[in-house]
Amino acid sequence: MSESPEHYVDTRPYPDPEGAGAATRFDPVASNRRLMLRRFLRHRLAVLSALFLGLSYLSLPFVDFLVPYGANQRDVEHLYAPPQAVHLFHEGSFVGPFVYPTSGHPDLKDYRWRYEVDESRPMPLRFLCPGAPYRFLGLVDAEVRLVCPPPGASLHLLGTDRLGRDMLSRLAIGAQLSLTVGLLGIAVSFAIGITLGGMAGYFGGWIDAGVQRLSEILKSLPELPLWLALSAAVPAQWSPVTVFLCISVILGLLDWPSLARAVRSRFLALREEDFVMAAELMGASPARIIRRHLLPNFASHLLASATLSIPSMILGETALSFLGLGLRPPATSWGVMLNDAQNLMAVETYPWVSLPMVPVILVVLSFNFLGDGLRDALDPYHDD
Amino acid sequence: MLKVENLSIRFRRSTMPRPVVDGVGFGVRAGQSVALVGESGSGKTLTCRSILGILPRGAEVCGGSILFGDRDGNGGDGGPVDLLRLSRAGLRAIRGSRISMIFQEPMSALSPLHTIGDQTMEVLRLHGHCDRTVARTRCLAMFERVGFPDPVRAFRSYPFQLSGGLRQRAMIAMAMVARPRLLIADEPTTALDVTLQAQVLALIKELQGETGMAVLLVTHDLGVVANMADAVVVMRAGRVMESGCTADVLGRPLHGYTRKLIAAAPGIPAAFAAAPEAAAAAAEAAAAEEEDAILQFRGVSKTFERGSTRVRALDGVDLSIRRGETLAIVGESGSGKTTLARLAMLADRPDPGGTLLFRPQAGTPPLDLLAASGPELTAYRRLAQMVFQDPYASLSPRMSVGEIIAEPLAIHDVCDRAERRARVRALMAQVGLDPSWTSRYPHAFSGGQRQRIGIARALALDPRLLICDEPTSALDVSVQAQVLDLLEAIKERLGLSLMFISHNLAVVARLADRVAVMRAGRIVEEAPPAALFSAPLHPYTRALIAASPEPDVHRPIDVATVALGAGKPDLWPEPFRPDADGRPPSLVEWSPGHFVRRHAERRAA
Repeated sequence: MSESPEHYVDTRPYPDPEGAGAATRFDPVASNRRLMLRRFLRHRLAVLSALFLGLSYLSLPFVDFLVPYGANQRDVEHLYAPPQAVHLFHEGSFVGPFVYPTSGHPDLKDYRWRYEVDESRPMPLRFLCPGAPYRFLGLVDAEVRLVCPPPGASLHLLGTDRLGRDMLSRLAIGAQLSLTVGLLGIAVSFAIGITLGGMAGYFGGWIDAGVQRLSEILKSLPELPLWLALSAAVPAQWSPVTVFLCISVILGLLDWPSLARAVRSRFLALREEDFVMAAELMGASPARIIRRHLLPNFASHLLASATLSIPSMILGETALSFLGLGLRPPATSWGVMLNDAQNLMAVETYPWVSLPMVPVILVVLSFNFLGDGLRDALDPYHDD
Repeated sequence: MLKVENLSIRFRRSTMPRPVVDGVGFGVRAGQSVALVGESGSGKTLTCRSILGILPRGAEVCGGSILFGDRDGNGGDGGPVDLLRLSRAGLRAIRGSRISMIFQEPMSALSPLHTIGDQTMEVLRLHGHCDRTVARTRCLAMFERVGFPDPVRAFRSYPFQLSGGLRQRAMIAMAMVARPRLLIADEPTTALDVTLQAQVLALIKELQGETGMAVLLVTHDLGVVANMADAVVVMRAGRVMESGCTADVLGRPLHGYTRKLIAAAPGIPAAFAAAPEAAAAAAEAAAAEEEDAILQFRGVSKTFERGSTRVRALDGVDLSIRRGETLAIVGESGSGKTTLARLAMLADRPDPGGTLLFRPQAGTPPLDLLAASGPELTAYRRLAQMVFQDPYASLSPRMSVGEIIAEPLAIHDVCDRAERRARVRALMAQVGLDPSWTSRYPHAFSGGQRQRIGIARALALDPRLLICDEPTSALDVSVQAQVLDLLEAIKERLGLSLMFISHNLAVVARLADRVAVMRAGRIVEEAPPAALFSAPLHPYTRALIAASPEPDVHRPIDVATVALGAGKPDLWPEPFRPDADGRPPSLVEWSPGHFVRRHAERRAA
């Protein structure tokens, strides 16, 4: 290269390397938690799921007030009644929310119930009216409900089941058990998983090997037969609440291995970090290292993995109850309701009896989206 | 041949108004070497990646053109094409065959599941140059050319079976086998030791001479630039600050930023080389000083067992750190310097037989650290502190800076909360951070600032001994210089003793009172820097010194010295060679204060 290229110099001002410019694009004062929240809010589906789940859980204590019927309140006039619509206009004039009364008669040729809608008599709904009595929050006797069927008519927005019970009311009341069984089960599996996984990760050696083998054995057992065996051991005469607790514990007992593994691997990874080493070299005790340096760094990961494993609990309860081995009537849960959908004939003639699948799918999907969003928000290298 | 004009790249979701690469332009002529120089975040890697169309997700070119045309005309019409507007198929035809790339980290750039030979042959096969047998012969020839001792074995090897240097050679072979017209090397030697770096750079230069290809070198090291490039482009924050031929830019820098970069680049001061008498005097003075070692290693060894293999990381190290001095330990990866630091901090225990002595105050009897009991150890942990290499990993992301710096105070329960807060603020001021930043979290700080936080944490307990394990190797040069200044100032002010571990002789040159050079778990030479740099005795030390690239076009790397010293000990000159039974010679005091591992003179004769 004989001819030397021109010697170019940029004469514009340039950012000084010693200047105290912002080191990152982020708000420097924001804590890690705030940054995570910001990243989470960018994940629209997860935010939507969080809102949906939040509303669902918040409404659980008030379900009895919100729905028109009690869980086991039978309407013998309306067995297998189809979903009813709420109307606002009757023959062109505004009436307000109302329903048309229906009356059923057995169709002996097809051997099923047929319902006829009487479209001449609009019957307005009543609001904040006395309905079937219930115990509010399990403490106070109450009978005020948000909406009640008009006298002489029914209000089955999602139809009724074999015994004439309102599907919508049962779905909402069933959520109380179905949604909480996941939380209880997670609590059990968390307690076991964190303890065993933490021990395995921190102490290593034969404790680690033992916990690992135990979890492998548990993981290798076929899930369904094991559930069946354990639930069959629950005495039939126990009260629904006891059975419910038992089921949660069983689900938790079988779910901890994956969590223990997550905890163990986080522990192992974090132990190698320089800042843990720094604390050790400063003379910090193991307890202090775990409390101050390890736990805050993986608490958020635990939250994400817990969120991702709640759905399996909910599905587990549903599956068990569907098979008739989980919760049993008179307890109401989505699985118990789906138990009715075992009968193919019923599903074919009265398709609304399989409606409890919809909330199961929605809730499981929401938890998965929420977990995904949390996980992404916690990953500092995601999308930066 | 390659002409980049007004290139701009931005991140799609970035909130920054300005693109990360902003109107960059430069040209590469056939056969020429051009270096893109800049610190991290200057956009140099994005620029070179855009040439091959391999920008990371989220980045997009928003203006400019990249014209590429090789004069041989084997690209169809022979006219220059704009790589930014080329179709995917067109780009694929150019990638690998006419423009190829060497990546920074050879381990992650090579597929672990395929042999080196298969991966190299794939380049030829993809571009349809030849059939299997011809491809194989050409690969083997290329392997031999890049310096594989046994090309046939290398052909069958998997990447994990090769050492770092050989892996980078394999990468080069892969990039070169199709005889490209342009080689893009993105920090090709940053992950390598200096002696390897010197050899790899020499190899690239030789190959360039043979094939007449052009090289676009991306680096942060002005020393590498001075050795390799004909022309240099200095980048800062996505803009070209200065460009021109290397001798001009490095010799007569016109831009303020370039001058700063050159000033900050660590180099072995020429003054050392010029003044051997002064060096000798300094060495004598150091030797004459009364021995008052704050920390002393005596016959310390450390063996790691990995499965059935035993690795001797340290082999009979005798070393003492005198009170108030800076002892630098220099060596390449695998030399055992980090193991030494871990032993000094009692993070690991040495093999039985060695002793570690600690003298908290001058004139007191030393404390045997390996036999020390609980309270004595706790006291030692207060007096000896460590500064870590990686400023990102060594600070907990969930604790605010105030909490991090106060943590040692809390662990040792030193003072009450209000006093602690005052101390944290004082410490932050001492290391040059704004004391009002205590509630910020580490992510809000740059690498250099984080390292300052790490230093503040180490100083919190008023230690007497500070062990620094490569505290600047993860930092940009200009920041590195600031952190070194800070360490020097603090040491002076507080009268600390420093054990400073580094792979970089140039960093050590400005800071150390005494330098110990380590190789394969042994100290091969130990002397004050003046003596070490002006009259290095051991071939390995000479290789290290020769291999550190200087930002001066008139002081090129002496590859022969590097190859000799970094090679097998059996090839060293006679007095340094191990015995017939493989025992290395012992450490002798050659001149006062200057120790070297060699046989006595009479045995050499």
